[in-house]
Amino acid sequence: MPDSISSRTFSVLTFFSDDYGSSPNVRKQIRWLDLLAAFRAWLFLAILLITFEIWAHVEYDSTFFLNPFNVKSIAIFTVTPLLLGLGQTFVIISGGIDLSVGFTMGLSAVVTAHVFNWGTQFGSPVLSLALAVLAGLGIAVVPGLINGLLIADLRVPPFIGTLGMYGVARGVAFLLARGTTVPVQNGLLGAIGNGEIAGFPNLVLLTIAILLVMHYLLSQTRYGQHIYAIGGNVNAALRAGINVRNNTIALYILSSVTAGCAGILYTAKFSAGAAQAGEPVLLDSIAAVVIGGASLFGGSGTVIGTVIGALIIAVIQYGLVFVNVEPFWQFVAVGVVIIISVLVDQIQKGVGKDG
Amino acid sequence: MGETDSGPSPSPLLEAERVSKRFGGVHALREVSLLLHAGEVLALAGDNGAGKSTLIKIISGVHHADGGSLRYLGKEIKFDNPQQARDCGIETIYQDLALADNLDVGANVFLGREPVRRIFGLPFIDRRLMREEAEKTLRALDIHIHRLSNPIRSLSGGQRQSVAIGRAIHWKARVLIMDEPTAALGVPEQRKVMELITNLKANGVGIVFISHNLIDIFQVSDRIMVLRRGTKVGEVRTSETNPDEIVRLMVGG
Repeated sequence: MPDSISSRTFSVLTFFSDDYGSSPNVRKQIRWLDLLAAFRAWLFLAILLITFEIWAHVEYDSTFFLNPFNVKSIAIFTVTPLLLGLGQTFVIISGGIDLSVGFTMGLSAVVTAHVFNWGTQFGSPVLSLALAVLAGLGIAVVPGLINGLLIADLRVPPFIGTLGMYGVARGVAFLLARGTTVPVQNGLLGAIGNGEIAGFPNLVLLTIAILLVMHYLLSQTRYGQHIYAIGGNVNAALRAGINVRNNTIALYILSSVTAGCAGILYTAKFSAGAAQAGEPVLLDSIAAVVIGGASLFGGSGTVIGTVIGALIIAVIQYGLVFVNVEPFWQFVAVGVVIIISVLVDQIQKGVGKDG
Repeated sequence: MGETDSGPSPSPLLEAERVSKRFGGVHALREVSLLLHAGEVLALAGDNGAGKSTLIKIISGVHHADGGSLRYLGKEIKFDNPQQARDCGIETIYQDLALADNLDVGANVFLGREPVRRIFGLPFIDRRLMREEAEKTLRALDIHIHRLSNPIRSLSGGQRQSVAIGRAIHWKARVLIMDEPTAALGVPEQRKVMELITNLKANGVGIVFISHNLIDIFQVSDRIMVLRRGTKVGEVRTSETNPDEIVRLMVGG
C-alpha cells in the first residue's frame, strides 16, 4: 500500500537490519509476525469464510459464501456498524473515542422519520425526502459539535464528554419518538431503502460511496494526515502549527454525521425511525476499528482496516445464525476476535522491543 | 563583549542585549547579552536553574523578555509566539524532538506544511515529493536513513535527532537552538550528532547549544557562555579555556 501509515508494521524489521544486523533467525521471526500483524484482519476474514463454508457443506450440504443471497445479507448487515465505525476510526486515530454515535444514529433516525412525515403535507414525497435527509444530517451535527467543543476547548476527556452526550442524545431521541418507533407514512423512503441497482442494494451502494469519501479524507488529505499527527504526538502537531482545536471539533462532527447517515439509512430500510436503532451497534463499531488494526492509544488505523473489521463482525453474526448456532455465541466469537487481534498487536510490538 | 573577536561573518546573525526576565519574585535572567554569528556554535553552560532554558525560550518566542532587546539579521525583533520565530528562521529543537512517531520521515519534515497536488481538482498529499525532499535534505547533511517510508518510531535516538535537525534545516533555519541534543543518546549516536553539528556549522548555520556534557561542549563549540543564577558569569573562546575553568565559572568557585 502506498501510504506511509499502513507500512508501519514493517518498521521493526528495518530498524534491526539497518542498525545492528541481528541474526537472520530473529529477523525471519520478526518478518513473519509483522506480516501476520499487518494482514491479521484479512486472515481472520478468510478463516471465518472458509470455516462457515465447510460448516455449511458438512451440516447442510449447501454453500455459504457462494450464495449471492448470503453475500447480500452480510453486506446489509455490515452497513450500520461500518458507518458508525468510519467516524469512530477518525476519532480513535486522533487518540479519542466517541461513545455517543449509537444514540446520535437513533436521534437522526427519529428526526428523519418525523420530518419525512411532516414534509408529506406539501404533496411532494421527493421534497419531503430532501427535507428529511437534511434534518437527519443537521441534527447529527449538534452532538458532534458539542462533543468537539467539550473536548477541544474545555479539555473534557473524550470518554467522559461523549458518554455524557450518549445520555443526552439517548434521552432526546426517546423524547422525540415519544418512547416508541416512528413509522414513515409514505412509501418512497422505504422503496429507496430496500431498492437495488443492478443487484446491489442501495444501502450498500450509499455506504460504499461514504466509505470512499472517508478513505480519501483520511489517507490523501492534509486533514487526514493531521489527525494521524494529533494521535501520534499532539505536542508535535501543535508545534508544527497544526490547528489541533479546529481539527478536533471537525473530527467529532464528522463522527456524528456518519452516525447520522446510519440513522437515515436505518429509517429508509425499516420505514421507521427508532431511538434505540444504534444502541447495540456502538460497541461493534469500536470493535470493528480495533479488529481493523487501529490502536486505542491513537496514531494508527485505516478505513480499509475498519471495513474488514466490520465485515468480520457481520460474517460472524450472520454465519452463526446461518449454521444454526445459538445467537449468543456471536458475542463470544466477536469478543475472542477482538482479544486475539489486540494480542497479535502486543506480541508484535513486544518482539520489536526486546529483540 | 568584544565584537570583533570571533565568527566568520562580520555582522552577527542574532544579538540579545541585556535581556532580563522575572517570574514573580524570581530573577530568572539578569541583563544577559548574547551574540551569535553565522557558522558559529555557541555553547550555553550552567547548572540547573542557571537560566539557560529561559534564555533560549526568549529567543525562540516562547517567553517575552521583561527588559532588553533582540536583534536578528540586524533588525530588532519581538516574537509573540514560537511560530513567528520559526517563520523567521530561528528553530528550536527541544529534548522531546516534537516528532510524530507514527509518521514517516517525509511526513515529519513536512508536518503542518504538507505539499498537495491536484487530481481532477481534488487535493492529494504528495507523499513522494515529501519523501524525496526529505531525503535530499538529509543527504545534504550526510544523514543516511534507509527506508524513509517507515514510521520514525523504528529509528534510533540519533536518527530521530537527525530527522528533527533535518526538518529545521529543510525549512531554512539560520539559527538552530538545541537543548541537550545528546542527553538521551548512546555514545556512537552522540558522536554522530556532534558530526552533524560540525556539518551544519560548515553550512553557515548559527547554533546555540545547551549541554551538561563538557566533552561535547569542548568538541563542537567556538565559544562558551556560562550562566549562574540568571547572570552571565563568563564568556570565553573554547580554544582559550579548559573544562576546569568552565566548571569553576559554573559553580562559582
